[in-house]
Amino acid sequence: MEWTRKDLLGLQELSQEEITTILDTAQSFKEVSTRSIRKVPPLRGKVVVNLFFEPSTRTRISFELAASRLSADVINFEATTSSAAKGETLTDTARNIESMGVDVVVVRHSVPGAPHRLAKVLCASVVNAGDGSHEHPTQALLDIFTIRQHKGKVEGLTVAIVGDIGHSRVARSNIWGLKKLGANVILVGPSTLVPTKFKELGAEISYSLDDVIGRCDAINVLRIQLERQEAGLFPSIREYSRLFGLNVERMKRAKPDVLIMHPGPINRGVEITPQVADGSRSVILEQVANGLAVRMAALYLVTSVKR
Amino acid sequence: MPTILIKGGRMIDPASNTDRVADVLIKDGKIAALGSVSQTAKTVIDARGLYVAPGLVDMHTHLREPGNEEEETIASGAECAVSAGVTTLACMPNTEPAIDNEGSAAFIILQSERAGKANVFPIGAVTHQRAGERLSEMGGLVRGGAVAFSDDGSPVRSAEILRRALLYAKMFGKAIINHCEDTDLSRDGVMHSGYVSMVLGLPGISSASEEIMVARDITLCEITGGRLHIAHVSTKGSVDLIRVAKRRGIQVTCEATPHHFTLTDKCVETFDPNFKMNPPLRTEEDVAAIKEGLKDGTIDVIASDHAPHSREEKELEFSFAPFGVIGIETLLPITITELVKPGILSLIDAIRKLTVNPVRVLSIEKGTLSVGRDADIAILDLDTEYTIDPEKFKSKSRNCPFAARRVYGKAVKTIVRGKIVFESR
Amino acid sequence: MTDRAQQVILDSVQVGEIITSLVRQIAQEGKNLGNLAIVGIRRRGVPLAQRISAQIEKLYGVKLELGILDITLYRDDLSLIAVQPVVHATEINFNVEGKRIVLVDDVLFTGRTVRAAISEILDFGRPAKIELAVLVDRGHRELPIAADYIGKKIETRRDELVDVLLTETDGEDKVVIR
Repeated sequence: MEWTRKDLLGLQELSQEEITTILDTAQSFKEVSTRSIRKVPPLRGKVVVNLFFEPSTRTRISFELAASRLSADVINFEATTSSAAKGETLTDTARNIESMGVDVVVVRHSVPGAPHRLAKVLCASVVNAGDGSHEHPTQALLDIFTIRQHKGKVEGLTVAIVGDIGHSRVARSNIWGLKKLGANVILVGPSTLVPTKFKELGAEISYSLDDVIGRCDAINVLRIQLERQEAGLFPSIREYSRLFGLNVERMKRAKPDVLIMHPGPINRGVEITPQVADGSRSVILEQVANGLAVRMAALYLVTSVKR
Repeated sequence: MPTILIKGGRMIDPASNTDRVADVLIKDGKIAALGSVSQTAKTVIDARGLYVAPGLVDMHTHLREPGNEEEETIASGAECAVSAGVTTLACMPNTEPAIDNEGSAAFIILQSERAGKANVFPIGAVTHQRAGERLSEMGGLVRGGAVAFSDDGSPVRSAEILRRALLYAKMFGKAIINHCEDTDLSRDGVMHSGYVSMVLGLPGISSASEEIMVARDITLCEITGGRLHIAHVSTKGSVDLIRVAKRRGIQVTCEATPHHFTLTDKCVETFDPNFKMNPPLRTEEDVAAIKEGLKDGTIDVIASDHAPHSREEKELEFSFAPFGVIGIETLLPITITELVKPGILSLIDAIRKLTVNPVRVLSIEKGTLSVGRDADIAILDLDTEYTIDPEKFKSKSRNCPFAARRVYGKAVKTIVRGKIVFESR
Repeated sequence: MTDRAQQVILDSVQVGEIITSLVRQIAQEGKNLGNLAIVGIRRRGVPLAQRISAQIEKLYGVKLELGILDITLYRDDLSLIAVQPVVHATEINFNVEGKRIVLVDDVLFTGRTVRAAISEILDFGRPAKIELAVLVDRGHRELPIAADYIGKKIETRRDELVDVLLTETDGEDKVVIR
């Protein structure tokens, strides 16, 4: 289908067809990374700016590589150390950048809504690389892409997302994407981190990974942030790990062909043990490679929309 | 001062339950005659087809003087008030420094007189420097001109302090106005805690955080026999609690803002900080309950909670932008368009909540069209539809959630103490 | 799309004969077939390439490398066209180094598609030689591109449309002008 959005801000507003288009396009881009010259020309002469208000090495590098492989010029703008600290408003920062002539602004921010506000004022395309706890569309797309690669489809599968769901943009974007493609979603974690309101999105909630692990075709393990424990939302890392950590024992109850996923970086021994993270069911490294193809697809599609 | 005769307007005076065509004669700054006036006057205003009401009273505003004059001053606030038919303002003490003593209260009165537009009365702080630890010099504040006490933007966190305040203020016959919010529960919340906040990933301010303190304060009001006024009620639960309290004869009054009976948390989906205020916009159910509360008298007053902020501050990310929206200039049009036109409140009842009821809470002699009273009068056009354009506002700030809305209700002429202080072009 | 009158230039028999002729020319009597790779340009270049490759394999008993090229990402008009095209996969699963690559397409027109295909093949490595085989050459070149193996040369007006239909994609073999 024809892609008509100049921005990629989240999966909530995308249709099932639009999500499938991104995944299909990503499929074509996967092949580019296997060539001897890992570059194609569609974004030649175009400028992609990584506007990161929240530090993130992995996502930034992934977007940078994706843009370079499309032959774009890449600029990195870490706003944590720039005018934002001096009190420049979000819109001013973006407008200043745009007046230098950019085509795509990839935005990562610590609070929700920044990419959406920017998309309204900028002529350039805006791609959300994670806005607070709200959405992280390219991460969810690469997660779903990885599942589709292995299982051939998404519809009818059961996917568990384990961890601090309430504060997770990865969880939210995944829920939107998976539900639209017809998967069953189970959210697993301590009751203080998995708000019951999420049921209204059509997801199942469980406070016991052991109860549901046998039904899962894929398990997406989220990183547990130390700040949450410090804020007292659960008593200790040790308890979290005992109740929800994905270890070899728990894996015995899982399906033999279950996929183990993690957005990274991994807290080894906390939410997942090294044996499982490096084990035969883990597709964590593939996710990273797929991330490149998905981000190339995202950049290609948003820039193809005529202003 | 020249005499003024307002001829042929439809006079609405809730204090006397009047709704009829009548003339109003103004002499020496006071209302000299009402009804069929045959005398001549220096100035004759043809008010046929228009409404003549007591100047409106907005009892909850934040004028940023002293301290943040770039956002609003007493003068600019007073000017934007009269351009919208509002002749009396009460302003909150959360300025820099706070209004917690006689001198700073008197300063507000002085600035108001200098401006010569709407009457501005200070609300004094409940606690010294609004810190919530010990009572302010309420006696001094009253001498300086304070009409009530409040620590608004902040709640009075300590139940004991509020209890003392209710008791102490009794001596002066003044009300304690509390911003009810259990900040331990609301913490870093930036919008209503519900489905929308869950989807947007924004921390929420629960209805419970308001209701818990409303329940607490009603109990304290009962045991002290003091006068409690609950600011900006925003939840169904709060309305229900106040309704029950009133039935039991407790001396509690309350107010609601126009945005709380018009807008919901869905507005935040745009991430536009012009929809960020505290208490936040809540759900359809809450909006319906506020309207019901206004209709059955549980909610006594409509007030704007006018909270000006500079453009730079409101152009920040939603999470970082300050709470608050302006509202003096939309007080009348939103009330008329959302409550009167759809028949939820009669016109006279709506005007009552903007005149008689607020002055009763503040114990001031304003808000009625009676012979011998100050001639504070608003001549209003309630039948011409127009679009709200914040760029044209007289306020120094522009953070308005009603931009581009089609509404009815504007001031044609406004008179304060017998002087025409506003005429629309 | 206006309903133009269409004229059949080549019927299915003629298409078959032309492909056989192309096969003979490309195979060059079976010399050095170990180095030959046939690469079809999406969309209709692909079934043509498959047929040519299959026929050479049958005639000479050799297994040829077969590739598929999607030139979408290399088009020079991506910023101009109204409808954003869907990108399909390119499949070059062999090493192009030192190979004799024969690009196959249905119609040679402005030459821009072939230019894009050449750029893309070169991003895979350095072939020894790149040649071009087309079913129909309809003229109106906008770049200095020429085919090495031409099925049929036809005179067309610039505004005419040449449609190649193939059994694999359209149910029959036919070439028409509208």
